[in-house]
Amino acid sequence: MDISRFTRQSEFAWRIEPTGKMRVPVIIYASEQLMRDMDNKVLEQAANVATLPGIKKASFAMPDAHWGYGFPVGGVAAFDADEGGVVSAGGVGFDISCGVRTILTGLTRKDIEPVKKSLADSLYREIPAGVGSTGKVHLERADMDAMLRGGAQWAVQQGFGLAEDLNRIEEQGCMKGAEPECVSEQAKRRQKDEMGTLGSGNHYLEVQEVTRIYDERIAGIYGVRQGDVVVTIHCGSRGLGHQIGTDYLKEMAVAAPKYHLELPDRELASAPINSPTGQKYLGAMRAGINCALANRQILTHLARKVFAHHFPEARLKLLYDVSHNTCKVEEHLLDNKRRPLYVHRKGATRAFGPGHPDVCSDLRDAGQPVLIGGSMGTCSYILAGTTESEGEAFSSAVHGAGRALSRHQATRQWQGRQVIDELAGRGILVRSPSARGVAEEAPGAYKDVSAVVEAADHAHLARMVARLEPLICIKG
Amino acid sequence: MTTEHWEHFHHEADIGVRGVGPTKEAAFAQAALALTAILTDPALVKPEETVPVACDAPDDELLLADWLNAVIYEMAHRKMLFSRFEVKISGHRLRATLRGEKVDVAKHQPAVEIKGATYTELRVRPTEDGGWVAQCVVDV
Repeated sequence: MDISRFTRQSEFAWRIEPTGKMRVPVIIYASEQLMRDMDNKVLEQAANVATLPGIKKASFAMPDAHWGYGFPVGGVAAFDADEGGVVSAGGVGFDISCGVRTILTGLTRKDIEPVKKSLADSLYREIPAGVGSTGKVHLERADMDAMLRGGAQWAVQQGFGLAEDLNRIEEQGCMKGAEPECVSEQAKRRQKDEMGTLGSGNHYLEVQEVTRIYDERIAGIYGVRQGDVVVTIHCGSRGLGHQIGTDYLKEMAVAAPKYHLELPDRELASAPINSPTGQKYLGAMRAGINCALANRQILTHLARKVFAHHFPEARLKLLYDVSHNTCKVEEHLLDNKRRPLYVHRKGATRAFGPGHPDVCSDLRDAGQPVLIGGSMGTCSYILAGTTESEGEAFSSAVHGAGRALSRHQATRQWQGRQVIDELAGRGILVRSPSARGVAEEAPGAYKDVSAVVEAADHAHLARMVARLEPLICIKG
Repeated sequence: MTTEHWEHFHHEADIGVRGVGPTKEAAFAQAALALTAILTDPALVKPEETVPVACDAPDDELLLADWLNAVIYEMAHRKMLFSRFEVKISGHRLRATLRGEKVDVAKHQPAVEIKGATYTELRVRPTEDGGWVAQCVVDV
């Protein structure tokens, strides 16, 4: 990206004042190197978002921002309903509430090593992964609607996981305001056999080792110690969320003229929050969030069963569950007043700071855990929300590395078998139904997640707490 | 004369599908074949079972997105892959028959699920030599 167009607001914040139809500035958080490497399309898309009605403060992009569709991936934008603000299906994306959860095991690498291969095989057998896979939970109409209303709370009631897990999930595991009747029959049919499945692409379940602690105090509060083994799951709302995205993208694009919305890009398909289309989408999208929370809860249950077989004494405790494709109503400080805003985070993680009432009481002193996924051979990170983040991008931080090479470029450079063997040589066991899928997700196809996380830390979006490295990766 | 073909075009995080053909119908069918090629080699997919598809939209571009999303839905819901597409378009109404088979993980080695067809780089246009091109970015 041509950085000469930006004013450097601080070492890690780059700003462009509004021009043309932009209502607010664009602010990108990144190091100079990340800025130079970023696609020009990020600025173009962030500037398009800045033209939407009711947008407040700025159109933000996180250090891992890349060219998305409509909004950049890594985009954050907040809208005021009382000022004609909009909700955008493109601003949430197709994989509604895609997110990351990390589970503490109380085990160390020394415990895992002797049984690593059989643990990897058991996880691969029990965790449905990849294209065409189906789960063991099959939902008919009434159960589907109950799941869409109840999220992880529904899953716990069905016997998946523990009641104590719910405190460690955003919204206590249940997004209020979900309206299953706003979700199409097609979306529900697409989900019927997909509960408790991982999906494919960059989704995974990993067994990881904590290899570095950056902040001892916060790590202590989170219960994370060097050498510990954790389980991390990255996946979303599966077919149901994808179909809600598809349905409402069209509905909003077709309805835009009716609402006098001038969209610079059809993919920015939006509707006023205070409109029938906007309210319908919010009801469906919140049901999509609950689907993702229930899905990750079922996967947690499956992982616990496998661990219980290999380690009967182990107690797997949920550290936290974050979503990184959402629109949520949150109170934020704007012009010295707290106001409810509709915060879109598309490929961005909420990062509430210490003392925030929405962070569970036992973690509140440390701030919300912010979980950042890597890819097979690369690191993942645990960060914590900061007080300063509220004054930056509505308490938002990064979500992952983002691709450096397209899927085609990756398959030209690597073969699946070769990636699996190389990683095995480094002690990382990969299990996947698709060799081509592994090649497309080769660690080298991704940007340097460490640079992204360091930029988030320097920009005060979130504080680095711990680094995780994979031991086992179940890949879709 | 435009020869029927499909191709993928570059997008940083996702992937673009482009169908080219002598008619709009042929371009739409080729764009759908490009979808299958994201998952597997279309030559590996036997055109055994048929699935009917119908969609309507206010313009050509939304019709293309609708068409591709209808194929994606059938792939996801029926756990199938498709390798032949017979498309008829009248105005902005499309009727089609998809031919394919159930996903066989060992045989097809499907690489990645497709979440949806986006409106990014969405275009349906005549080409200079009298054919048609139909394209968009899909989210994977």
